[in-house]
Amino acid sequence: MKDFFRSTGVICALPVVVLLLLVFIAPLFLVFGFSFVPARTFDLFSIPTLDNYQSIVTDTYYISFGWSLFLAFLAVVILFLICYPLAFAMAKVFGRFSIVITMAVVISLLVSENIRLFGWVLVLMKGGVFLGYLEHWFAVELESWLYGAPIIIFGLVYVYLPFMLFPLTLGISMIPNELRQAASDLGAGRWTIFREVDLPLAMPGILIGCMLTFVLCAGAMAEAKVLGGSKVLTMADEIETAFTYKQNWPLGSALSVILIVTVAGIALFTLRTIDLDRILGKTR
Amino acid sequence: MIGTYSRLSRGLFTLYGVLILSFLYMPLLGTALASFSKKRYVSFPISQYTTKWYSKAYDSLTIAQLVETSFFVALAVTAICIVVGFFGALAYARYDWKGRRVFQKFLLFPIFFPQAVLGLALLLWFNFLGIVPSWKTAIVAHLVWVAPIGTLIMAIQAYSFDPSLEEAARDMGATRWQVFREITFPLLLPGVLSGGLFCFLLSWGNFPLSLFTTGADSTLPEWLYAKMIMGYSPLVPTVGTLTVVGAAVFILAGFFVVLLFKRVRSW
Repeated sequence: MKDFFRSTGVICALPVVVLLLLVFIAPLFLVFGFSFVPARTFDLFSIPTLDNYQSIVTDTYYISFGWSLFLAFLAVVILFLICYPLAFAMAKVFGRFSIVITMAVVISLLVSENIRLFGWVLVLMKGGVFLGYLEHWFAVELESWLYGAPIIIFGLVYVYLPFMLFPLTLGISMIPNELRQAASDLGAGRWTIFREVDLPLAMPGILIGCMLTFVLCAGAMAEAKVLGGSKVLTMADEIETAFTYKQNWPLGSALSVILIVTVAGIALFTLRTIDLDRILGKTR
Repeated sequence: MIGTYSRLSRGLFTLYGVLILSFLYMPLLGTALASFSKKRYVSFPISQYTTKWYSKAYDSLTIAQLVETSFFVALAVTAICIVVGFFGALAYARYDWKGRRVFQKFLLFPIFFPQAVLGLALLLWFNFLGIVPSWKTAIVAHLVWVAPIGTLIMAIQAYSFDPSLEEAARDMGATRWQVFREITFPLLLPGVLSGGLFCFLLSWGNFPLSLFTTGADSTLPEWLYAKMIMGYSPLVPTVGTLTVVGAAVFILAGFFVVLLFKRVRSW
């Protein structure tokens, strides 16, 4: 019987693993290979060079990299603060009503992200929904909030909210009510319960949420382009320009490798300690 | 008493939830409003309302072409994801095998991966293999991201069923195929339906992967983006609203099918 399950498991995993090896892992290796090819050439089999990595430092590409990480960090902090109360309510207060919220959030997620960002442009632009009606009804004229770093963070918070909300909800629902009750009976206040019981026990969910949103924000591009008006160049932006407009694949590859290593490093570090069976098996 | 909440704090939590939801839907509302504006360049408050952009969108051959491409890409992605993801989900949740933990984490990586970078990496890969990008390569690109998500959704369903059912069938002499057909598949069907729904919609709305991998073809989100960045067209809010409505109809239909399915099963 054990044997049956073992072999069936391997057979079942095979199709998706083969698919991902062919169209996920293989392209990544190709990108890695291209990052050592002389700049602005397209021949993979030339003498390897580190020039592309050097030009990341000399041509100030590291500034975009810093911006991406900085924006992502701020977005994650804000997301955690915004999502925690709602996640807590969904896991502990709402009961069945939380299904309605889950559905509504998921449905919004299925709308193409550039339509949603464009919607914010319509809402926030000069003569948009907010400013237009504000002027019409109250004769108040304000400058538009579009274009700049704060609005990019706003866009990141908006687009990636579900990716913080759902892991947090899963994490918080892993806290046994009895434990919180016991802590309370022993005289712990709300703040103490939060710090000593809730936070540590919900940590897997918190870690996954923070990691997920950080990684997604660090690789984001559309927010800076649509809302930020390209005032700030993000890492993904630079990579795209290198590949398309500049036709410099080796440079684009080198930038990609840096981003990929950062992302994979953070993801691996977080996932190392987490038992996925426990979290996913809990969702029902 | 911890775990019980007064009416006031419940109300406050609910209010907060509604606030977040309105935050999420605000831009969709803005887009929908703008699609009814008569002026070529929208400005609020809207002075004159019209539905002419909708009839324009309906008559436009470009848009029909875009819908067709997006639809077929999404359909192909869904079909492949259901097959691959179904078995992947079993391996993910059901069977205990060596390498399962690694497999579980490996599957998460494409989901976390920056999609724009993934699209470019695939462009490089297709070029290396000598494949000219078209809507067919976009199917492959979508698969990288959608297949793991579909697998996860089906895995959540797979966690919930009892392994002893399969064991019992096996003990009574059922072959591997019989176990699959009579036990595993029927039990996982609800997960397959919701997984398929997700795969379709994620592919339908995907933009960063399509951007670099469709070559000369174009999907709806790509066209919308192109028109937002340069050469604004008054059809943008209209088409945007239409894709949202299309997705909503699809979700409702899917929801209805699942409901119907549960009814039939409970008889």
